[in-house]
Amino acid sequence: MVSSSNRRFNRRALGRLVVAAAGTAVVAGCGRRPPAPDDPLRVMAVNHVWSKALRERLPEIEERLGRRVSMSLLTADQLAGAYNVKLNASTTDIDVMMVRALQEQALFARNGWLADLTGHVRGDAAFGWDDFQEAPREASTVSGRVLSVPVVTERPVLYYRKDLGEPPRTLDELLETSLRHTDPQNGVYGYVGRGQRSGAVTQWSSFLFSFGGDFTVDGRSGIGSPAALAAYEFYGTLLGRAGPPGATNMSLEQAMPIFAQGKAAHYIDADAIYTNFLDPSVSTLGDRVGFAPFPQGPAGSRPHNIPSWSLGVSRFSQLQDDSWEFVRWASSPEMVAGLQAAGIPGARRSVWADAATLAAFPADLAEAMRVNAGNGVGHDRPKVLQVGRARDIIGRPLVTAILGQPVGPAVRDADAEFADFLVRDNRHRES
Amino acid sequence: MRFPTSPAATIERSHRTLRWAMLTPALAFVGLMIAFPLVYTVYLSITDAFGAVNAGARPVGLQNYGDALTDGRRFWPAVWRTVVFTIGAVLLETVLGLALAMLMRKAFRGMRWVRTVLIVPLLATPVAIAILWLLILDPTNGIANRMLAVVGIGPQEFLGSVSGSLPTLVLIDVWQWTPMITLLLLAGLSTLPEEPEEAAVVDGANAWQRFRHVVLPMLVPTLATALVLRTVDALKTFDILYATKGPGGGSAFEVETLNVLAYGLTFDYQEYGLASAVLVLFTLFIIGIVVLLRRRAGRSES
Repeated sequence: MVSSSNRRFNRRALGRLVVAAAGTAVVAGCGRRPPAPDDPLRVMAVNHVWSKALRERLPEIEERLGRRVSMSLLTADQLAGAYNVKLNASTTDIDVMMVRALQEQALFARNGWLADLTGHVRGDAAFGWDDFQEAPREASTVSGRVLSVPVVTERPVLYYRKDLGEPPRTLDELLETSLRHTDPQNGVYGYVGRGQRSGAVTQWSSFLFSFGGDFTVDGRSGIGSPAALAAYEFYGTLLGRAGPPGATNMSLEQAMPIFAQGKAAHYIDADAIYTNFLDPSVSTLGDRVGFAPFPQGPAGSRPHNIPSWSLGVSRFSQLQDDSWEFVRWASSPEMVAGLQAAGIPGARRSVWADAATLAAFPADLAEAMRVNAGNGVGHDRPKVLQVGRARDIIGRPLVTAILGQPVGPAVRDADAEFADFLVRDNRHRES
Repeated sequence: MRFPTSPAATIERSHRTLRWAMLTPALAFVGLMIAFPLVYTVYLSITDAFGAVNAGARPVGLQNYGDALTDGRRFWPAVWRTVVFTIGAVLLETVLGLALAMLMRKAFRGMRWVRTVLIVPLLATPVAIAILWLLILDPTNGIANRMLAVVGIGPQEFLGSVSGSLPTLVLIDVWQWTPMITLLLLAGLSTLPEEPEEAAVVDGANAWQRFRHVVLPMLVPTLATALVLRTVDALKTFDILYATKGPGGGSAFEVETLNVLAYGLTFDYQEYGLASAVLVLFTLFIIGIVVLLRRRAGRSES
């Protein structure tokens, strides 16, 4: 027979057991143990030639840190998703983060996810923060605090088929020759480029600047201006009439193979992807591919020149010092010079000034990059918190234009939506 | 003061304790994995959570619901696309699934092979299916346009076109999920008694009349279950839409359903408050449709 005191004991014991188990689970889940000497330094990076080149050099920094470095490579979208999920949970699993200074850095700064590197970059003369180009340096700084160090820079370049003639010098020439070369019956198009709503915005930015416009003017929407309207119409005509079918579905991944297979006469996209056209395993172009600076528009040639990828340190990392040491090593003058000589353009002025680092690039590409860098504008998307949402709004009239529908009403609607968005974005910034 | 207890009552109490002890892990699991996310989503939907969920959010009442319900640019078109996709896909799948089930009802040579082949699309992962169809339907390099060219039809844009994307995705969904309806209905058909049909044959009913007035009414309970299962699944479709058209359901938001919209609001825009409101509305919408379908099915059965 079970006595009543025994029963009480059983119930109490059960209750305690449940509480203890739950408590243990919570403590185990949330508790943070101090880092052990054999814990790896975790680096999250985008799947990019830069990351792959760096990964080959990891033993060097592992030896210096006395710690293993674990580097995960993801696509840009996956990386953004991983940051969202992990950092929302204040994870300590991420130490060094590859971020897009112009895309997500402002939001990450607001969320308090990035460690302040100001003291590190400014307090280290050998590192030479002033050696970095001004636009990338500015992009790395939020409210006076340096939150990342630029490692890869990017400009658009005009890829063209040398066997079809000289490269166009102006946007009007580009349109005219592209239309001339378009022959859908034989599967050849005059121009290929990004037409996907959000993906196209960054490439379209150079057209917008070269027409004399910008995304915002004095903090207000600039996409309803006559210059922006002209840029929308021009890009829509170029890609809509001289581009391949399905252009509005094309981002880098879809547009690049079309040019690589010799099915387009011209292609404007990031200079960082040029190796894809020289690699015979993915390209049929061989030596038929040429490189030229961004053509001139009514306001001149104004391509973007931006830090496409930077390195930051997670604020939740328990290896802050080692993380900075990694960033310092990966962005050191020697590393940037080595990688640039291998064909990956960096952000250091001293490296750009050294002609030897450009020897790896085809001569006409190096020249195009130099000219574009000189004419460059430091951003390729609006400087807001919710860049993704802004790109969706700005890209909408682009799609309308490519589809050959009336651009005016779409631009007016997008302009109104962007104006509302900017008010809301400012509110978020201040909250 | 304590009263002496009978042995039967004591055993009953100890059983009760044991019952709770056994139930606790399951209850804790349900509480942690289902109830908490649901309650937390409802909580987020009445706050201005943005950027980081751990950054502190202020309550805003029903403002997010108001914002969603008055959004004519994204929300309402997404509702409309969700409905069109679901009705289009489920309707075609039901008709085709029923036709296939009727064809395969009687045993024939190679039946086992046919059934095995039929299951293949069900086994493939949605992302693999998406990549497969993207390659087949690629407007420039895909095999579909090459085959059309052989019969003299010009190149089509398929998933590359704004107006053609949703119908194309409906057809891909039909290709993948019709076999499930067929298999469910085959199982239902195998349980039907043969006498009513034999009686109809004796009465001189032709094949269509036997199907329409004898088999179909008996099959309604199975059909209703298949319909509800497929409808809920089609309403929630996300993987194939996202894998083929990317964020926002394509350049003109052409396949942005409520699920794709909520994902974009969460992961592309970090608007956790608004995204949660959309998800709560979406859940209510699904519950409403299921209740409606069950009621109609109940009426048909009776």
